[in-house]
Amino acid sequence: MGHFMENKTKKPENKLDDSGKILLEELSHPSLSLKPGGKPKKGSALLIPLLAIITGLVIGAILIIFTSPEVYAGLKVSFSAGLAAAWGAVASAYTSLFKGSIGDPAAIAKAFKTGNTNDIRLAINPILESLVSATPYIFTGLAVALGFRTGLFNIGVEGQYYIGAAVATFVGFAVTGLPAYIHMPLAFICGALGGALWGFIPGWLKAKTGGHEVINTIMMNWIAINLTSWLLTNGPLQKPDAHGAPISPQILPTAEIPRLFPEPIRFHIGFFIALAVAFLVYWLLFKTSWGFDLRTVGANSSAARYAGINIVRNIILAMILSGALAGMAGANQVLGVDHSMSTSVSAGYGFDSIALALLGNSTPIGVVFASLLWGILNNGATQMMRDASIPISIISVIQSFIIVFIAAPALIRSIYRIRGAKASDTGVTLSSWGGKS
Amino acid sequence: MTTSSLVIEHKKVQKTSIARRIVIGIIFLALAAVILFAFVPATTASQTSDFGMTPGGIKQGVMPDWIVPSQLTLYIIGGLCTLIAAYQLIRGFGKRTNALLGVVVFMFVFAFLTYASAGQGLNLTGILRSTILLSVPLVLGAFSGLLSESGGVINIGIEGMMLMGAMTGAVVGSVTHNIWIGLILAILSSVLLALVHGILSIHYKVNQIISGTVINIFATGITTYLSEKLLQPLQYLNQPPLFPRVPIPLLDNIPILGPILFNQNIFVYAMFIALIVLQIALFSTRWGLRLRSVGEHPKAADTLGINVFRTRYMAVLLSGAMAGLAGAYFTLGSVGHFDEVMTSGKGFIGLAAMIFGNYTPIGGFFAGLLFGFANTLGSNLEILGSLISPYLMAMLPYIVTMIALAGFVGKVHAPDADGTPYEKE
Repeated sequence: MGHFMENKTKKPENKLDDSGKILLEELSHPSLSLKPGGKPKKGSALLIPLLAIITGLVIGAILIIFTSPEVYAGLKVSFSAGLAAAWGAVASAYTSLFKGSIGDPAAIAKAFKTGNTNDIRLAINPILESLVSATPYIFTGLAVALGFRTGLFNIGVEGQYYIGAAVATFVGFAVTGLPAYIHMPLAFICGALGGALWGFIPGWLKAKTGGHEVINTIMMNWIAINLTSWLLTNGPLQKPDAHGAPISPQILPTAEIPRLFPEPIRFHIGFFIALAVAFLVYWLLFKTSWGFDLRTVGANSSAARYAGINIVRNIILAMILSGALAGMAGANQVLGVDHSMSTSVSAGYGFDSIALALLGNSTPIGVVFASLLWGILNNGATQMMRDASIPISIISVIQSFIIVFIAAPALIRSIYRIRGAKASDTGVTLSSWGGKS
Repeated sequence: MTTSSLVIEHKKVQKTSIARRIVIGIIFLALAAVILFAFVPATTASQTSDFGMTPGGIKQGVMPDWIVPSQLTLYIIGGLCTLIAAYQLIRGFGKRTNALLGVVVFMFVFAFLTYASAGQGLNLTGILRSTILLSVPLVLGAFSGLLSESGGVINIGIEGMMLMGAMTGAVVGSVTHNIWIGLILAILSSVLLALVHGILSIHYKVNQIISGTVINIFATGITTYLSEKLLQPLQYLNQPPLFPRVPIPLLDNIPILGPILFNQNIFVYAMFIALIVLQIALFSTRWGLRLRSVGEHPKAADTLGINVFRTRYMAVLLSGAMAGLAGAYFTLGSVGHFDEVMTSGKGFIGLAAMIFGNYTPIGGFFAGLLFGFANTLGSNLEILGSLISPYLMAMLPYIVTMIALAGFVGKVHAPDADGTPYEKE
């Protein structure tokens, strides 16, 4: 049994690119990966996400066309005028999405030609801003991916994020007299610990009572959101002169994550911290015996039990680590970007993170790339709102389609008529919630 | 809330462990201590609590206010709780423990209300009336989850389905000026989303939680998008008619019960009808037996000739219809227009109510009422100027659910095949 299990769970190390696929298979049908021909091809691991993104954008374009008054005005004149208006609406929307997220190529070229450092900074700011908005996604995406790897579905990232942000804020303004090189890391780590605590509770409940982590983490989300609302309106986090507005005092400059450029540019070293943490997660999961235990519990808990792995400890540890990653996202956002906390500290990072983990095949490197995409989309959407008055929420619609196509590759296959391994079409299967005895 | 504990007890024969007896006894004692040492000192002997017995704006079933001396009432309730706690610690109530837990919690809540309203007034029936109203989406959400999960499909997309129903109801109601067409299309729009959930999770065997999450993200995105793009510039699209209050003749004149139960809008009556129909259909008809067999053991059901896939699709679509009704309640039965993300987590609380109610309609109903009561109390306490923040009160349902899940109230029994896609061999 031990040898058998070793074989199976070692596989992801050999073929990192589609290890997520194999894991998903292992989670759902442990025996499938042993069948000949059951292995997914390497190409389709990249092709499917790519096609999913393109299809998502096409559906977004259709939505833009159907809700654009100019198109209806054009159709009244003639069909071709309507078609031109539709093309214009989509082109202007996606052009501003590109300019807002990557940058305006013309402006960049011009800035480099003049050589004015300030102009150059402003011209490349969109891409830097995309990295800023990608950073919390890297942390939260890693949190969910680590959960998936260990067989846990942590929907509680949103709540862990709130708690992490709240704790980091408190340490950021209430602890005084520390030098920056101690204060900032301290606030960041305390935020991570806050998230870890919020992950520990459902982890402990899962390990000890069998209460499913999905429902418990959903409950913990709402508890966290209400708790932080209370902390910010009547609690210790409230700004003294805010008159009941849910906002915290500014954190001290010593607690701020350093920024690399002068004022209007918000790019800070949190992005590099996120990359380092992603590498750490990869190293922990795939290069240490701890990580091996964690993944084994996730892949096949009865095999893990026979192999003498402590399941209770590993479930709790996985939830703590996952919560800590989510807490880091909250700390990063407060210490690096906002410098104070309000109830709108999260832009739905917790819920989007599920999509990111799926999109990135639950591998740290995949999550980083998926987060970059999410950061680009969300940052560009702000510009799209300003230029083409397309509500930011269109991004949610596009994202939901991307998740659907990734979670049900058979859909994409049937749209684009790609033949592929049918066996790998099913995704993760998690058992029910509710306490099973 | 007493009955909800009773229901949970019906389902199983259990021996009460000594540790559990002691823990429950200590909880009773702690509640009694709070009443005697926190509430009593805050009141004076001359203060009275004035409980209003007729909700504002209601003409039928009028009753005079009920005035009690605050401190004396608190002493009596505190004493009773202490006695029950002592008996529980020494002898134990055995099988009746859960019922007693309900009784003590009920007394504690009443004591709390007496303390909070000492020296001033509190409209008791008003609170109960809005409890019923606020629990409508929670109870319907619980029924929605129950229908789907009885057939073995987890539906956490209820929140999204509600949002979709709410928006469709508002827009169609405004455009057609016909509230019934609005209601029907609201339900249909949710059923459509449920169909997507069904196709993804039953046909494509996508993880049901991912599929439900997708429904939530999509519905939140599309309703917010359309609201910003269409409803805000074109206000006339968002002015649906509102279902009026329909007093039931004769019954509405009963004091206390009349204003609370028999003078409401059709959503409240629909909730009660759904409760009765579901309770009977699930547990006393062949249809219900088949549905539950598919949720418990699909392979056995298949062997007996039950079409597992069709049954599951039916369960998910009915679940969507129920969620659509709950969504329509927001725009056509309560608020009167669509707001972005107006369901604010009610679908999730509905799911919590379903689990807390141990996967039975009656249990889900009482759990929903309990959560609705906690919500109402939260918003009313603000008016009373009490110390407890409504945010902290709002946390209560979630904490209660987690405790219930952890097994303090008794093991919850989920359908055995809940969450597992069925594969025909």
